[in-house]
Amino acid sequence: MKYMDEYRDAKIARGLAAEIRRRSTRPWVLMEICGGQTHTLVRYGIDELLGNSVELVHGPGCPVCVTPLEMIDRANALARRLEVTLVSYGDMLRVPGSETDLFHIKAEGGDVRIVYSPTDAVELARKEPERQVVFFAIGFETTAPAHAMAVLQAERLGLTNFSLLVSHVLVPPAIRMLLQSPRNRVQGFIAPGHVCTVVGVGEYEELAREFRVPIVVGGFEPVDLLEAIRLLVCQLEEGRAEVENSYARSVQYAGNRAAQAAVERVFEVADRKWRGVGEIGASGLRLKGHYAVFDAERVFGLSDVRAEEPSECISAEVLLGHKKPMDCGAFGTRCTPEKPLGAPMVSTEGACAAYYQYKRHLVTL
Amino acid sequence: MKQESPNAPVGFSCPLPLPAGRRVLLGHGSGGKLSAELLQEVFLPALGNPVLDRMEDQAVVSLNGMRLAMTTDSFVVKPVFFKGGDIGSLAVHGTINDLAMGAARPLWMSVAFILEEGLQLDVLRRVVASMQAAADKAGVQIVTGDTKVVEKGSADGLYINTTGIGLVREGISLSASQARPGDAIIVSGMVGDHGIAILAEREGLKFETDVRSDSAALHELVGTLLEATQQVRCLRDPTRGGLSSTLNEIAGSSRVGMELEETSIPVREEVRGACEMLGLDPLYVANEGKLVAIVAAEAAERALGALRSHELGRAAQIIGHVTEAHPRMVVMRTVFGTTRIVDMLAGDQLPRIC
Amino acid sequence: MCLAIPGKIGEILQKDGVRTGRVLFGGIVREACLDFVPEAKVGDYVMVHVGFAISAVDREEAERTYALLESMGVLSEELASGAEGTRSS
Repeated sequence: MKYMDEYRDAKIARGLAAEIRRRSTRPWVLMEICGGQTHTLVRYGIDELLGNSVELVHGPGCPVCVTPLEMIDRANALARRLEVTLVSYGDMLRVPGSETDLFHIKAEGGDVRIVYSPTDAVELARKEPERQVVFFAIGFETTAPAHAMAVLQAERLGLTNFSLLVSHVLVPPAIRMLLQSPRNRVQGFIAPGHVCTVVGVGEYEELAREFRVPIVVGGFEPVDLLEAIRLLVCQLEEGRAEVENSYARSVQYAGNRAAQAAVERVFEVADRKWRGVGEIGASGLRLKGHYAVFDAERVFGLSDVRAEEPSECISAEVLLGHKKPMDCGAFGTRCTPEKPLGAPMVSTEGACAAYYQYKRHLVTL
Repeated sequence: MKQESPNAPVGFSCPLPLPAGRRVLLGHGSGGKLSAELLQEVFLPALGNPVLDRMEDQAVVSLNGMRLAMTTDSFVVKPVFFKGGDIGSLAVHGTINDLAMGAARPLWMSVAFILEEGLQLDVLRRVVASMQAAADKAGVQIVTGDTKVVEKGSADGLYINTTGIGLVREGISLSASQARPGDAIIVSGMVGDHGIAILAEREGLKFETDVRSDSAALHELVGTLLEATQQVRCLRDPTRGGLSSTLNEIAGSSRVGMELEETSIPVREEVRGACEMLGLDPLYVANEGKLVAIVAAEAAERALGALRSHELGRAAQIIGHVTEAHPRMVVMRTVFGTTRIVDMLAGDQLPRIC
Repeated sequence: MCLAIPGKIGEILQKDGVRTGRVLFGGIVREACLDFVPEAKVGDYVMVHVGFAISAVDREEAERTYALLESMGVLSEELASGAEGTRSS
């Protein structure tokens, strides 16, 4: 598959890894932000290729993991309603809320369906006008345009049985919070290439300037990530703190204007709670008042719910890069993908789940 | 969230005690860890006996000096008709394959239908015709059957349950507990076809593809293999849960480790494309016309040649070997030469957006 | 957060007022909304995320960068396999 296979070339990967090892004079602490990037790094064993030349810590870029407990509980509550068809992306189904998850609710008789695209959810609402179709709209900036279009399409079609349960988060506020922490160890970032494809590079320039930290926009294939790491190491060795775009085949400086316009039309910035981390101001999106009729929280009058995470879970530490999954006493024993204690073990993109799935043979449990 | 018994041993081979009030989930049928859990916690404690406890794909019982293989299976696939087959032919092939994996020649089958009220008779006719054609082609007789009808909404159209009986080949005894360090791991062809063919027709995930289910009866392929070499330890067909579940099961049963080479695992281009789009790993996608053979190292090339000589085994590959390192764990060397675990999934693999 | 894969636009059509492409991903075809990539045409590659094209692949940029990466791969192999001190950085 073109523009994918060639970025998995072993020779180039080994070459880049060798170059990184050659240039690096100390184990620079680098963070990749996106869960998809974490998945690639762990799945291809990039840490093995790089040895001690860098220390990779994984960031909070997994929307499945950081969707707050309360939001899962709301989705569960909606799915239990007889008239509701709860439509979701596949990976949300196993995320545990305070008591249960969507998979269990499906087992109990709830109408829960998986789709690949929000367009399928709109189509469903059109085909089944007697059902109240609620789409569980989670994601970062990458997915917001698609969700915006779903709302606009529903509006165009005059649908009265379609709404979104929105749990969108934005990346820069989380990075800012991380960088502001006195415990921050991260010295360089790989910015999420598909988020930047939509929003552009500007916000990351602000962060690089303000905190004097190098940021390289990276892709998702192993060669892309190695190249991004190489550029970060060069910057760190040379004492630079700039933003570079190593995923220019997809990312333009200004991002995708048409996609941004759709988001601006339908959504506005709001405060959001991140599971395992807490509330981060202006770090999420909600539907604008004009689109209230498509906002499931307003349509169904969902009240606020408090939820507590198990105390043994150190997900906040992991998500912010302060600790690794293996540093957790519960990793692989009391906390596994089948019975997760917290967010990063829940989704296959979460750092803990990725390590558990691919790398636990390296850990004595 | 589920509670854990304080005395439960740790480690990924530990069966978790089922908390009271838990229900059956779709994941329990997916062939992965949850399925294994259900066996360990519900079925084996109640039904266990020396034959059942061996937990092969078929049971081998002796009668008057003959070894008979017996298997049962249920077929619940949706949609009922798909590219490359239907629930009827799938039922025949699946039953035959369970017997074939025990080196048994399939001879007779029973077939029981659970029909949903309102099912169109035309659908039923097509399915039954397809079953007969598949049975004929394989030289198997469907000798007895049963029909039940359930109320509308209960059976997704129709379910089929089968029992198969075959005669075990003399002088050979296959088992998932016989894999030994050094053995070669061979797969008979490209993986993931069936699962992707089905997924392509699922509501909400639909996509266009020429991928057809690989549903096929494997007894002749097995025969060809066993003619060439008797140094076969184990045969399994990687159905639900995919290649990964099957290999993990064998590794667990034999208490051995396995090392796979990522570059040697054969996957069709369209299957790869679909998996990339949905974020799935072909190692976990179902097959219905493939087998995994664990073969003594010295017989590997001969086995490979035999499989490739048959039309159902043209794309056969040696994909790894059994090792004494990391027992019960299947590990894979990636295209980069690094290693990662090929874990058994808990439930079904889910498409992801991340 | 963003599983997006590159696919080739095989055909463009209008579906319910939405510019839609039939996109090829290594042998499978799935429709994707092209509203965010108005300049993309048949034969172009687009990055598709949850059924929406979010960018058109910049062919020239990709070629340029890839050539550099390839040379990195070759260079590093030479450095690794050659004797010590054959080249400086």
